[in-house]
Amino acid sequence: MAEQSTHEAGGAQAHASKATYWLIALILGILTMLEVAVFYVPLLHSVIVPFLLVLSAAKFALVAMFFMHLKFDKPVLTTVFAGGIVVATVIILAMMLLFGAIGPGAGM
Amino acid sequence: MESHATTFGVHNRKMAMWVFIASECMFFGSLIATYLSYEGKSLAGPTPREILNIPLTSVSTFVLLMSSLSMVLALDAVQSGNRRQARIWLGGVIVLGGLFLGGQVFEFNHFYHEGLTLQQNLFGATFFVLTGFHGAHVTVGVIWMITLLVMSLRGKLGPDRGLDVEVAGLYWHFVDVVWIVIFTVVYLIQ
Repeated sequence: MAEQSTHEAGGAQAHASKATYWLIALILGILTMLEVAVFYVPLLHSVIVPFLLVLSAAKFALVAMFFMHLKFDKPVLTTVFAGGIVVATVIILAMMLLFGAIGPGAGM
Repeated sequence: MESHATTFGVHNRKMAMWVFIASECMFFGSLIATYLSYEGKSLAGPTPREILNIPLTSVSTFVLLMSSLSMVLALDAVQSGNRRQARIWLGGVIVLGGLFLGGQVFEFNHFYHEGLTLQQNLFGATFFVLTGFHGAHVTVGVIWMITLLVMSLRGKLGPDRGLDVEVAGLYWHFVDVVWIVIFTVVYLIQ
């Protein structure tokens, strides 16, 4: 994908090109349509959860990497963001385990 | 406006926004955890399957995703000194953000008239708190974008203010990625 250099006050930083932004938006739109399509296809209901989680993660990553510029920015920013996501994920899994939404007592 | 760089070689304000975003991940993580922990444990209706409007929310999701495109194009225009384009794309973010909020107001109003309130059941309580806080964040973002547009109209949003728009953009894109998760977890995985 084409990239262009952009100079901002206090430091140079590479961003994606406008064409890349439009392409990412198109991919995001297609992934959203896929998500909704999967929701309405009964045949896919057995695999709907992992399928939707993968699509959601892909959309999340695309926005973070290209629109939030993490792909082009200092790695420390990715580390800070990833730290927050890891803690959030641990909170979600721990709460679901404690409340029996997942694990041995699930569905009781 | 010149910002001081940190030892990481990143602007202080940009680093501060990323730290704030990391803390917001934990905040929304807690709200999503609460929603998922109580999912399917409501003793009375309406349930998600009965009331959630997937087609409407799919359109809202698409609108919010396109607002992120508009935001990143606004940043590109500001950084390259194209004021006209910057105003158009900032206006786009405001309109699309407003459309998303309009959809949410319509949805909340519809749910209220269908009998789903904060007090009705666990689904109502966790759903309204989670999506309500997200809507509040979008509202703050729209106000922020209006401020930037006014600055641009007054000729005060040149390339030297690129960092201001970039920090605002980070906030806007974060609100977008949170909705990506909410749309999947709350609306599609029932």
